[in-house]
Amino acid sequence: MSHFEAIVRAHEEGKGRVPRFIESGRVAAIVVNCNKVIKAQTVPGIQVSVDPLPDGVRILAAVAPGAKIKEPVHICIGVMAPEGIQRIQAQFEIGAGAEVDFTACCSFPNAEHVQHFMEGTIHVGPGATMRYHETHHHGRKGGIDVVPTSHITVDEGGRYISDFNLSKGRAGKVELTYLVDVAANGLAELHARGMGYGDDQLIVHETIRLNGENARGLAKARIAVRDRAHSEVYGTTEGNAPFARGHVDCVEIVQDEATASAVPVVKVTDHRAQVTHEASIGTVDKRELETLMAHRIGEQEAVDIIVRGMLGE
Amino acid sequence: MGITNAHLLNIIDLHVCRDGAEILNGVNLAITRGSIHALLGLNGSGKSTLAYTLMGSAGYTPQRGEIWFDGENITHLSLYERALRGITLAWQEPARFEGLTVERYLGFGLPQPDPKRVLTALEAVALTPETYLRRYADESLSGGERKRVELASIFCLRPRLAILDEPDSGIDALSLSDISQLIHRMAEEGTTVLLISHRDEVVALADHASLLCGGQIVATGEPERICRRYAGALQKSKAGPKQAVGVQP
Repeated sequence: MSHFEAIVRAHEEGKGRVPRFIESGRVAAIVVNCNKVIKAQTVPGIQVSVDPLPDGVRILAAVAPGAKIKEPVHICIGVMAPEGIQRIQAQFEIGAGAEVDFTACCSFPNAEHVQHFMEGTIHVGPGATMRYHETHHHGRKGGIDVVPTSHITVDEGGRYISDFNLSKGRAGKVELTYLVDVAANGLAELHARGMGYGDDQLIVHETIRLNGENARGLAKARIAVRDRAHSEVYGTTEGNAPFARGHVDCVEIVQDEATASAVPVVKVTDHRAQVTHEASIGTVDKRELETLMAHRIGEQEAVDIIVRGMLGE
Repeated sequence: MGITNAHLLNIIDLHVCRDGAEILNGVNLAITRGSIHALLGLNGSGKSTLAYTLMGSAGYTPQRGEIWFDGENITHLSLYERALRGITLAWQEPARFEGLTVERYLGFGLPQPDPKRVLTALEAVALTPETYLRRYADESLSGGERKRVELASIFCLRPRLAILDEPDSGIDALSLSDISQLIHRMAEEGTTVLLISHRDEVVALADHASLLCGGQIVATGEPERICRRYAGALQKSKAGPKQAVGVQP
């Protein structure tokens, strides 16, 4: 059971219990079921507000310049009901020199006909660092569409690192779209990991525009699909300034009747920039598989170990 | 060649083709139980092909011949079935595993968790457990580090037959003694080792050695003698491929 489910259930049962790490008040936290705000608490250095919308919420999170938020900010969002639409409008403002981690837990444990839309705007100020770890917990029925779209702006010397992980339950239909603009000496890393079964669809669009001198970018995707699932990964990196360095890295493992495609795009508009890409699609690497089997691990277990390792589980 | 109980592995008239070319052209070789047997040969002589064929790697099915292991004909067994019988292989270029820690990797194949064995194995290849247990067996390890982790994992397994394909390649001269000691230790524990190597220091560990040339074993005997023969073959191959050592009685 995810944190989100535990909190919602406790709330519905009138016990009002939340996990101790949130209850302690030492962490900033947001808990939203559909458009119902269950918890919104803050800590010094960060302002959090959550406003209900007819079918979702609007979230504003602002970290004060120079603030170093010790504990990750917890965002637990989801839909407990089997049906529903949830729209999240999120705005993150990370002040100059600030440092903050967000841990987002998105749960749709009972989804049969659920749609989850997220529109995010993120601004990472000069010299600031924002890390955003998003883990999805889906049910076994796959009746869910997850469509997050984010535009991230990283100012000079800022760092934005995100990690999207979908490995619990059926993916359903997931379409991620991230666009990052990186200024001089800034850094953006986008990691997307997911697994699809049945007729799941995973579509990832990751675009990093390295607009400032010495900007760095990495768009990395690790997807595994089996049964009749399908994945598409579009990773684009642009080197638009002197000495910008970017890399697109995509691995998709395909089993059974599943299908996959990868479209890495590298573009340079300044001759001193350099962007590279690598993509591999196919079944599990033969050498990896045989190495594990030579360690007395059966074929199916070896495949699972390789896939789960790739997905960071 | 007769199959005797003294030999853990018997290879009889083994022929293997790859991409239409015959790489192994009637290999006959017997490996004594509990011994370290070195296999030398020029590049392209078929050493790695023999290693993969013995392990049962996909695409390395013999066209002719037999492989007997501990009195059982294993020619048609799968790689996994051979592994279960105690055969393992350290590839020349070990695979990299994303998201798999060295600690977990070394624990694979053990009948039950044995942290002490894992620590001993890492120390035996001169890798500090505090540093390496939590590292990933992926691209972040250098070639030499990955190689040592692979050897440690083979040591952990306590295989009956360890096929080590150039375990010393990518290993600096200073670390060579660690590798040699580990191989010696494996043999002391009862593992029979088929060692593919060119380095005199490593081949010197062996009890017996064989020279593979043109897909055939052309000589078997004392490691020192086989090393000299190999050196001669190497010199001739540099002079011209036609002069390289051929099949001799």
